[in-house]
Amino acid sequence: MARLNINGKVHNVDVDPETPLLWVLREQVGLTGTKYGCGIAQCGACTVHIDGQATRSCAMPIAGLAEGAKIRTIEGLAGKGGELHPVQKAWAELDVPQCGYCQTGMIMATVALLDQNPTANDDDINTAITNICRCGTFNRVRAGIKLAAQNLKPAAAQPAKKRA
Amino acid sequence: MTQTLRPSRRNFIAGSAATAGALTFGFHIPALAADPKAATPEINAWVVVKPDETVVVRIARSEMGQGTLTGLAQLVAEELECDWNKVTTEYPTPGQNLARNRVWNNFSTGGSRGIRESQDYVRKGGAAARMMLVQAAADGWKVPVAECTVEKGVITHGASKRNTTYGKVAAAAAKLTPPTDIPLKDPKTWTIAGKPLKRLDTADKLTGKQIYGIDLKMPNMLNAAIKDCPVFGGKVKSFDAAKVEKMPGVKKVLQVGDSAVAVVAATWWQAKKALDALPIVWDEGPNATASSAAFAAVMKEGLDAPEAFVGNQVGDAKAAIAGAVKKVEAVYSTPHQNHATMEPMNATAIYTPEKCEVWTPTQNGEAALAAAAEASGLPPAKCDVYKLLLGGGFGRRGAVHDWVRQVVTIAKLMPGTPIKLIWSREEDMTHGRYHPVMQCKLVGGLDAQGNLVGMTMRLSGQSILAAVAPAALQNGKDPATFQGLNPPGPEASIGYTVPNLLIDHAMRNPHVPPGFWRGVNLNQNTIFLECFMDELANAAGQDPLEFRRKLMANSPKHLAVLNAVAEKAGWGKPAPAGVFRGLAQTMGFGSYVAACAEVSVSDKGALKIHRIVAATDPGHAVNPQQINAQVEGSFVYGLSAALYGECTVKNGRIEQENFDSYPVMHMEDMPVVETILMPSGGFWGGVGEPTIAVAAPAVLNAIYAATKVRIRQLPVKDQKLRTA
Repeated sequence: MARLNINGKVHNVDVDPETPLLWVLREQVGLTGTKYGCGIAQCGACTVHIDGQATRSCAMPIAGLAEGAKIRTIEGLAGKGGELHPVQKAWAELDVPQCGYCQTGMIMATVALLDQNPTANDDDINTAITNICRCGTFNRVRAGIKLAAQNLKPAAAQPAKKRA
Repeated sequence: MTQTLRPSRRNFIAGSAATAGALTFGFHIPALAADPKAATPEINAWVVVKPDETVVVRIARSEMGQGTLTGLAQLVAEELECDWNKVTTEYPTPGQNLARNRVWNNFSTGGSRGIRESQDYVRKGGAAARMMLVQAAADGWKVPVAECTVEKGVITHGASKRNTTYGKVAAAAAKLTPPTDIPLKDPKTWTIAGKPLKRLDTADKLTGKQIYGIDLKMPNMLNAAIKDCPVFGGKVKSFDAAKVEKMPGVKKVLQVGDSAVAVVAATWWQAKKALDALPIVWDEGPNATASSAAFAAVMKEGLDAPEAFVGNQVGDAKAAIAGAVKKVEAVYSTPHQNHATMEPMNATAIYTPEKCEVWTPTQNGEAALAAAAEASGLPPAKCDVYKLLLGGGFGRRGAVHDWVRQVVTIAKLMPGTPIKLIWSREEDMTHGRYHPVMQCKLVGGLDAQGNLVGMTMRLSGQSILAAVAPAALQNGKDPATFQGLNPPGPEASIGYTVPNLLIDHAMRNPHVPPGFWRGVNLNQNTIFLECFMDELANAAGQDPLEFRRKLMANSPKHLAVLNAVAEKAGWGKPAPAGVFRGLAQTMGFGSYVAACAEVSVSDKGALKIHRIVAATDPGHAVNPQQINAQVEGSFVYGLSAALYGECTVKNGRIEQENFDSYPVMHMEDMPVVETILMPSGGFWGGVGEPTIAVAAPAVLNAIYAATKVRIRQLPVKDQKLRTA
């Protein structure tokens, strides 16, 4: 029996410890927002946060998780009352997704990036966001990251808004 | 709220609204709505208006990211004159379509046809519903319908200052006789269609709530993993089920058809682990020694073979070339490509002797239904398919439903138990329906002034239709092979007037099954023709744009998009230091497209694509911001193929098994894309595919401009871009 802290809630799962976190999330816990794309940590569709670090859960056996590790999935991203995270809001504003299958992983990778580097430039984005999108949303993803970064800035750092 | 949902045995509408609702229940089963007899009556097949003013637009085509669902809803809502904020959508099932004499017409979602081939009847559906709703209000007021007006679902009789709403008159409208004369709006007056509205299907894609086929969960469901013979055409010889039957979760190990073995287990991970451990002996059959190299030699022979199917012939090209002052010759080749949708093939099925139901992401619900019927042995009327949003389609999920046959075959062996089959990425990569492999030899003749006097273009390679739709062949010829090379006309026509021209195809089919791959044959044909146009221009000592223009006087729409990208990109003006430009244009899927790429190549040969300007004339533009998204995305798909994409065959099997050996574009490779949308009206073209075809040749021509290295064998991959 493994004890997993997922989105602030403890889940006890009875599963082969070699099972990748991805499949535990999807099949034992029922959180299917985290997607299977490749199984070898290449595509990023399965990206979740483990203690704040963007991690490809398809290649992370649960036996490899540190005790008490805090796992956050796309389902745990919105705030209380379901208010969307600024990254999700930026995605909505720019109509980023096409098929959408890779987007939960994109969003999780982006949130981790901006948590660690709120002023990420294009090179930082290129280095951090290596998720695959076959529909080809990359330019809107990039625009979404920049919009979210802008909206995440503390109010004091925002340029004064013009009065209408 | 906990409520156990069971798959309905009645006809029902599979809806996005129902999907969202299902999430609040204990089980993730989309496509469950109340008995339609008890629900709000439809105005017609396309429109339901609920008492709360919600307008449900039925969408027959599949949504796979291309935005068709939103675009079709815009077209219906435009004619319906309803409030866009009240619009929701749902999919009718193919079984319902069958039962209602195909009232929703074609479900097929490929060839960039989703909007262009259904725009007329869906707009009429919206307009007819509006006419009936207004008639119902007029009848209620006992006033002439001509005195009534409607805006955003509110019907007004100005003279008596009365108004009512669609929701209030919907029940009465549903009883009226549908009109037969249904005039449509002039697109110039559109207020919903033609506007850059947000997609209707975004919200759940941001939160993980969106249920794709792979996410489906049902009571008592079991999961299946499958391995088909790695060599196409091979069979299962034997497998040792006893070795894995005791593994955790395993319920059944079974053969699926002649060529595959599946493990059914409590979870998919358990099924996959057991399948990986299962000893299987294959009879690899007659293709066990096939290889890409051997087949390349077959295609090479075809380049000069005496027999070929003629696709486009003007004058006497061979004589013209023989008499030319200068002769230019080149041979190009393009490899097999996998679609590599992000969501691997999957489906869930329940079989009983009375009914077979399948839930699956499909580009063609009706074809999926036919596959389910065939595999189950039940008549189509006893089967149905519930479509889910696709995690990518790109043509893989349209023509051939091999995974549906598999899941139904498994479900039939375990009657009453819901079976979810998921292909591993490795299974998906090695059992695709691949972009056809092709070689092309081009020969051009120039006169003393550098004018093109004759050109031959010999295609040698694989036919899609010969494998997928042999009935569509014309005396053995695959007409689709000539996409983008056809004589002047409304579809896939060549943009150049060459006085003596011969384009033909020596059909050479390998054992690797081909399929429609986003952009289809327009992709390689545009690479061959547009790169060779650059070669001819260079041989003539002329500017590639000017050289093309001289041949395009009879193709004003082709020319217009080419001119548009040249102007916006600054063709003829200096590019930034170290940056070089390349052009390409084509016509296909009913639309005219062109691109200008700007690239640099470092001293060490590293390619950087900086900027692409792309123009599209689709005739009418239904949602400009989504067209832009399709155009941008087309460069990712087209350039992933041009730069990296290659599936090779060794010992009869595909060698590339995952994204580590089949790399695709990443964020860092992505250029800026500036789109020019220039709908000229009067026709309806598609936008999901045509731009892919110009992506590669624009970049390859720019690489040549930068390096004088001409890439003729795709992908670019590790070919040297600097010769020094």
